[in-house]
Amino acid sequence: MTRPPETLDRAELDPVTLAILKGRFEQIADEMDATLFRAAFNPIIAEAHDASHGLYDAVTGETLAQGKSGLPIFVGVMAFAVKAVIDRAGEPKDGDVWIFNDPYLGGTHLSDFRLVKPYFWEGKLFCYLASVGHWHDVGGNVPGNYNPVATESFQEGMLIPPVKLYDAGEYRGDIVEILSANSRLPGSLYGDLQGQIGALDLGAQRMDALLAEYGAETCAAAFRALKASAAEIMRSEIRALPDGTVSAEDFLDNDGIVDAPLRIALDMTVEGDRLVLDFSRSSPACAGPVNIARSTTVAACYVALKHVFGDVPANAGVLEPVDVVTDPASLLAVEAPKPVGGYTETILRLIDVVFQAVAQLAPERANACAYGTINALSLAGTRADGRRWVMFSFFGGGHGGHSDGDGLSHGNAPISTATIPPLEILEAAYPVRFTEWALRPGSGGDGAHRGGLGAVYEIELLEEQADLFLFGERGRFPPKGINGGGDAARNRFLHPVGGEMVEPPMTSKLHGAKLKRGERVRLETPGGGGYGDPARRPAEARKRDEEQGYV
Amino acid sequence: MSRYAVGVDVGGTFTDIFVLDQQTGQVATAKTPSTLDDQSRGLAEGTGQVVADFAEIAAIIHGTTTGTNALLERKGAQAGIITTKGFRDVLEMRRRDRPHTWGLRGDFTPVVERIHRVEVAERTLADGTIHTPVDPEEVKAQARALLAAGCQAVCVFFINGYANDANEREAAAAVRDVWPNAYVTAATEILPEIREFERLSTATLNAYLQPVVSKYMDRLDDGLASRGFRGDLLIVQSNGGVMSVETAKAQPVRTALSGPAAGVRAAQAIASAAGFPDIITCDLGGTSFDVSLIAGGEAALAAQTSVDFGMVIRSPMIEIATIGAGGGSIARLDAGGLLQVGPESAGSNPGPVCYGLGNDRPTLTDANLVLGRINASRPIGGKLDALDVAAARAAIAAHVGQPLNLSPEDAAEAILRVANARMAGAIRLVSIERGHDPARFAAMPFGGGGALHAGALVHDCGLRGALVPRFPGVTSALGCVVADMRHDRVQTVNRPLAEIDAQALGAEMEATAAELEALLARAGVPFERVERLYELDMLYLGQTHTVTVPLALAGPLTREAIADAFASAYRAAYGRVLEKIPQKVMNTRVAVIGRRPAFDMSVFAPADGRAAADCIRETRRVYAGGAWHEAPVYDRLALAVGETVTGPAVLEQPDATVFLDPGLAARVDAFGNLVMERA
Repeated sequence: MTRPPETLDRAELDPVTLAILKGRFEQIADEMDATLFRAAFNPIIAEAHDASHGLYDAVTGETLAQGKSGLPIFVGVMAFAVKAVIDRAGEPKDGDVWIFNDPYLGGTHLSDFRLVKPYFWEGKLFCYLASVGHWHDVGGNVPGNYNPVATESFQEGMLIPPVKLYDAGEYRGDIVEILSANSRLPGSLYGDLQGQIGALDLGAQRMDALLAEYGAETCAAAFRALKASAAEIMRSEIRALPDGTVSAEDFLDNDGIVDAPLRIALDMTVEGDRLVLDFSRSSPACAGPVNIARSTTVAACYVALKHVFGDVPANAGVLEPVDVVTDPASLLAVEAPKPVGGYTETILRLIDVVFQAVAQLAPERANACAYGTINALSLAGTRADGRRWVMFSFFGGGHGGHSDGDGLSHGNAPISTATIPPLEILEAAYPVRFTEWALRPGSGGDGAHRGGLGAVYEIELLEEQADLFLFGERGRFPPKGINGGGDAARNRFLHPVGGEMVEPPMTSKLHGAKLKRGERVRLETPGGGGYGDPARRPAEARKRDEEQGYV
Repeated sequence: MSRYAVGVDVGGTFTDIFVLDQQTGQVATAKTPSTLDDQSRGLAEGTGQVVADFAEIAAIIHGTTTGTNALLERKGAQAGIITTKGFRDVLEMRRRDRPHTWGLRGDFTPVVERIHRVEVAERTLADGTIHTPVDPEEVKAQARALLAAGCQAVCVFFINGYANDANEREAAAAVRDVWPNAYVTAATEILPEIREFERLSTATLNAYLQPVVSKYMDRLDDGLASRGFRGDLLIVQSNGGVMSVETAKAQPVRTALSGPAAGVRAAQAIASAAGFPDIITCDLGGTSFDVSLIAGGEAALAAQTSVDFGMVIRSPMIEIATIGAGGGSIARLDAGGLLQVGPESAGSNPGPVCYGLGNDRPTLTDANLVLGRINASRPIGGKLDALDVAAARAAIAAHVGQPLNLSPEDAAEAILRVANARMAGAIRLVSIERGHDPARFAAMPFGGGGALHAGALVHDCGLRGALVPRFPGVTSALGCVVADMRHDRVQTVNRPLAEIDAQALGAEMEATAAELEALLARAGVPFERVERLYELDMLYLGQTHTVTVPLALAGPLTREAIADAFASAYRAAYGRVLEKIPQKVMNTRVAVIGRRPAFDMSVFAPADGRAAADCIRETRRVYAGGAWHEAPVYDRLALAVGETVTGPAVLEQPDATVFLDPGLAARVDAFGNLVMERA
């Protein structure tokens, strides 16, 4: 095995300083996260932590360090966003801040607004700082922007290419006016934007203090060494897996436009210390919004691998020994204007197939599939006094069983660390009443270690009328068990049509149905898949499941 | 004649007693093994070592870990929950979180089983309207069913009870009619604050603790009475104040951080007396490093904490940041070859390699030993006769030195530097990240090992210095004696400022304060003075996180005064205010503090100290900054007031070791503290 050239830097830099600087870089990113979470206006950032911050390479845009409490999916995707700015910035100036939400450049979807700031030290560009946050509403056909019937990104929201929000320190209020004019909730937009600017300012202050203490050369050497170290950790993890090729596939219900399943297929090859994740056999790009850009695919692979190999750091080096192969014609590598608003569902499925493939090579390391859908539910209307309201929330489900035990009930999605807003906060803010908020018995897959339970949420409308939107999945294909474990219960959504509670034709996607005062909607989310042969589940565990009403 | 105030802190290994003679101002301390099956026995026995006649004791103030241990070890009572139809699983569903960001491992078992969570038909809406009235007979039937199932305690929790608690109150009264003991908790009695999971979790843990803590309090009361004690028994709460036994039995959840809170309170008193209003306390244990911040003489409080995953307690508590770096923390190279110290720990058993109890992976304590900072022949704690330096050295060489191509000494120093950097990170977390300049603060180490690292932390964080109390091992017991009596109450408002009748709001807060003062008066404890704190939790309409807005309530409250107070609090937190966005009041917070008489800390000053040169026991080779030094080892307690020692030096005392790094000087102040500053 040849030594990578970066280890030379490591030899020059004393190992103790390196360990210390690693902690300091992470602390700066963490502190930027914390600042935005506290200052943000919309609950998707403030409560659900759908945001992220980090430090990025001045030339390549690669991730150098990223906050630990931000949304996991952004760890992989932000490097693409920073690179997009670098490619356009020409000669960056101190005091510039770029803003954009183009998902084909920066990954994920239009709701995620990215701010990218070149950071200067002693007159020279040192690195980039970036902030991304999920804004409450960015225009488009559906409040909250989960448009299940979009066939072009124009129907999902405004698309802003990288433009300067600050030009050499000068604030461009006209840009903010354009953004505000295109949102249903301009106040929330303004508050979140201010929070993101505040986080970048704070990051720059903390970098100033760090560079004054350690010097630019030492910090730059530490960045290089940490990347090399991350790559080495990943290689050692891959080496520990047996060589060979395994395959796994799973399906999305439909794209919201055409009711046909979409395949996500993975052929995973381990060869020494290299890992190839080949998704070429996946379905072609589809009409509806479950396509994703290639940058999003790569980021999702990072999330999946980090769940399996918990010790690898949030650093670009991790993906060095990993090849991600996609077919440019597939739904995993689309370009504008193919709709990508439902990217969460596709990457959750992508993580599921990585877990299923790892389970074949190293059964004790993988989890059975988690509930696998975020169920973006939007209820929107106008109050008697004319005020507009949009209740937009994501819902939880079960985690998969694993070698250590049963899966967690009512967890958050593997791509996120989001907590759910308290129902009392939702009831205080919107004209709704929850009539049930409970675990869903029997929804976890059977197995030696059972899957965690999904949940039941039933909501009654207290105003005259509301529009109803849902963007979910797993209505037809339930979360799978692994190593002989059983599948979980599928997602089930019911709403009133002609006096009866029915499932939508696309099962978990619904666009613009109406709800009247006193009517209810009911969401039953999947549990997690089971782990291992159900015959090996201990009798006392089965007895307890029955007594407690978990099955 | 009642002359003594007795502070008692019961820890995992020792029960520490601190006795103040209120007539002479003299103090005495005692240490006795903890009796963990029943803490009250050790408490009474230990007190008896110092005070012969219990009738002479005016007050016993107690920091207890009974509640903490019952939570951590899941040894509370079997409890039930009676709740709104449709919501029996709120406790188990949490806020849809997970224990670890990465890995999707770990499960959650709530302290109340699903079969003991029962529902009744009732519903209150968010605006306080009763949608469905409660039927007391249905509640009684459910309560009887829980009793039949063996529940000893019960929690009544209804959705939106914070907005209107009428249904919940009626239901709690119905339960109390049929429940055979006092262990009935109504959620809004504990916490009338919006957010159902946090309120339920806090109230459930209260019910879970109530039988255990109440019985302990009764045993304690009886045991002390049988020895002739007729004074006041007070319990330290997690907010650093004390409460009566009556309150502790009704709200045992307020004892969750009783022990550590007493320690922070002691630090506050010692530091204020010494002229250090701004300090960061550093408690280095076997597996963790706990820090908390005292600014302007006041300890920072956190609104909530998690005892364990999913075990949330929302009530004001001393804010303690914890990281996994203690004396037993293991040093290792990760798969990428980077040196890591902790969070994995060898604890105290098997403990560090040098204990010779079976661990062969090097720890932070091993590094301190190899570098000569710990005395191998006089280990602290008295459990071992000697420490094995050769074994510690070999382990460091094998696991860290050889792979990094460092000598064993350099490897040991590297372990120290990495551990110090992590501790410095924890200090930055509570200082810089909260907008405090570390240069104003001094570190105050407690415990046996904290003072080994204080000098390094002064350097790494740019602190003003460090203040090592005279008895770092018994600070919590001292804290009990100086703790004030404190009661807090929160009430959710959740309305835009523009819709609020400010004058009425102010009057309500004053009425709450009067109620809390009456509760203070009931305890019958003398106070020097009583203070009231009024605060609002406020935010801009649309935000979900609040800022704390202190209010001065002199005369009628106005909306303008509230808006001004919010603007300054928001600017202090975020450096900006937002124009044209309506403001909202989420909660009111009222605290009433009965300040207990201070005592003269100069009693700690050594009466017959000696000159520094006469306190040198030996010289020892100590490794620091990449070189060996011949360092004097001082008998710390023998040093006279005003004596100065320069680093490198080691100062030993029975309960702690102080290492003075090169470049630092330490002087004994008029209170017996050691003040470390740059030379």
